Amino acid sequence: MKRITIEPVSRIEGHAKITIQLDDAGQVTDTQFQVTQVRGFEKFTEGRPYYEMPGITSRICGICPISHQLAASKACDAIMAVRIPRTAQLLREIIHCAQIVQSHALSFFYLSAPDLLLGMDSDPATRNVAGLIEANPELARAGIELRKFGLQVIEGLADERVHPAWIVPGGVRSPMTAPARDRFLAAIPQAMATTEKTLGIFKGMLDSFAEEIANFGSEPTMYAGMVDHAGNLQLYDGVMRFRAADGTIVQDVAAENYHEFVAEATVENSYLKAPFYRPLGYPQGIYRVGPLGRINTAEAMGTPRADAELGEFRQRFGRVAHSSFLYHYARLIEVLYALECMKLLLQEPDVLDPHVRASAGVNALEGVGMIEAPRGTLIHHYKVDENGAIVWANLIVATGHNNRAISDGVRQVSEHFIHGDRLQEGMLNRVSALVRAYDPCLSCSTHAMGTPALDISLVDRKGALLDRIRS
Amino acid sequence: MPQKKISLRIDGELVNAVEGQTILDATRASGKSIPTLCFLEGLSPVGACRLCMVEVSGIDRLFPACTTPAQDGMAVATTSARLSRYRRMTIELLLVERNHVCAVCVANGHCELQTMAYNMGITSVRFAYNFPRLPVDLTHPRFVLDHNRCILCTRCVRTCAEIEGAHVWEMISRGIHARIVPDLNQKWGDARTCTNCGKCVQACPTGALAEKGKAMEEMVRSTTAITSLAHRRGAAV
Repeated sequence: MKRITIEPVSRIEGHAKITIQLDDAGQVTDTQFQVTQVRGFEKFTEGRPYYEMPGITSRICGICPISHQLAASKACDAIMAVRIPRTAQLLREIIHCAQIVQSHALSFFYLSAPDLLLGMDSDPATRNVAGLIEANPELARAGIELRKFGLQVIEGLADERVHPAWIVPGGVRSPMTAPARDRFLAAIPQAMATTEKTLGIFKGMLDSFAEEIANFGSEPTMYAGMVDHAGNLQLYDGVMRFRAADGTIVQDVAAENYHEFVAEATVENSYLKAPFYRPLGYPQGIYRVGPLGRINTAEAMGTPRADAELGEFRQRFGRVAHSSFLYHYARLIEVLYALECMKLLLQEPDVLDPHVRASAGVNALEGVGMIEAPRGTLIHHYKVDENGAIVWANLIVATGHNNRAISDGVRQVSEHFIHGDRLQEGMLNRVSALVRAYDPCLSCSTHAMGTPALDISLVDRKGALLDRIRS
Repeated sequence: MPQKKISLRIDGELVNAVEGQTILDATRASGKSIPTLCFLEGLSPVGACRLCMVEVSGIDRLFPACTTPAQDGMAVATTSARLSRYRRMTIELLLVERNHVCAVCVANGHCELQTMAYNMGITSVRFAYNFPRLPVDLTHPRFVLDHNRCILCTRCVRTCAEIEGAHVWEMISRGIHARIVPDLNQKWGDARTCTNCGKCVQACPTGALAEKGKAMEEMVRSTTAITSLAHRRGAAV
């Protein structure tokens, strides 16, 4: 019996290790996706004032601080028992759309496009964003521009691109100015054009990835994502809908009831917990979230161009698509959706209203905030004492939901691509690319302190090292 | 009766002062500056933070400018390599003593400790962080006391006693265990002498005392209000 360890997995946010166990015949017997760091946000925030949570928890991640601030602020809104001003909600949704655009652009163009456009077996030394710029400068530039657009909207609203202090319990800190709105609206057509062009290129490549689509974590699971009353995709507010692999709706769960339906399993040798659908138990109740989870869960996107793309997607892959490779496709459709949404929100007549913050003290001892972060459903749940000090906190972070599915996907990919006890870079990269398709944010999901990025060890039954590759 | 005039040299420059002024008073009156943290104009000086230490010609040890009287014929150096070294070390020691996390602090961008560290170019500290486990007192309806951010300057203690006259704040314990406490170590919300005036919050140089509900970067305060109140009441300036 031999064991292959991929550690760390590169081009993901955070650090992970993959262990592949082989039998004596060189066949895969087991795989483990392990996240090796712990951060302890849920513990060290105990005793802090609840209204500091958006600031503290946004430090979990430098990619999605906006998502954490939104979920935390929504939980605080619930503790204050306030309904935030409508304009504040519009502005939160606009910055959330900008966050989706910049994060998805980062995932697709910077992290995954090198695999897709340069080839999984290309030289690892140039299979990165720098290699992409050399091979396809126009597309690379478009990706950088798209991310820049998202970040500029964030900066335009909140003064800073990373970790702004703008989203606060009760609303947002300052209204939007008319020149800022006009600037954002003027930049949207270019961003839309870039996204549609990239979608065109991606769809053109789908045929060359038939093998990956078939074997890339394609085992059916349940899916979850937030939807509105009509069942359309929602990113900021709505209910968490679970949809079974066969397309039937399993359950709609309101944020405050999430704990009745979502439980967390602990996984051996990993700090990343694995949430599951409580009524079905673990691992039968596993489900996937994120771009693919959301478009599988929703009836429709709710905006015309994204819906047209979703229609085409479903024509190709069915009502509920299972291959993890399609996360990339779903991600691009979501960028289109976020841009269309942002345009509609910016055109709302009261979007410039100066009243953007409600104030209140502690009116409830518990609050849950749930949003769709770029990587999936993000839940912040706090309990406070009557003075507003946090006594208990639970954060269920998007990547966690996908934990077991990633492990199972790694197993499926390794069974298909790995035979024998020697390691080849392209084969191993397919395993990492599977993980990358989920765009996991491990620093978020274990709430992780830094150590290095692909280290694969192959060990025999007695633990002796047979082979090893590091990036 | 007019006060006696004296003259002294500050950094080589001849400066006129009146008897009773401290070295800090005389220096600031002459348009120069000395870094301070515990000093707040209008409150009695205590020489606690040791940031305003200066060299006096002919004497080897250093003197705190805020409590040392200016004397006729004195020659004072307010800057030197030695003073910079000591001041920097003082700030570093303040930073490691408790849990100063600027990024998520209410006073971020409006903090005198942070400004001082920026001005001295402190980008890292040489000493091990102490990481004490300290409570946050959220019991007051309007204000918060976070011991993690307190530098024990006692400005709140003096503001409450000398300006408001309520004497709510006191120091408890010694050395590394010292803390400010209201009403003989009650919770702030139970402190019956507190008039809820909020002057202590305005006097605080860091985020230790803040208005409840203020999110990060939002605690902007006005220490000049404390000073002008002191002037109106005729406190020594």
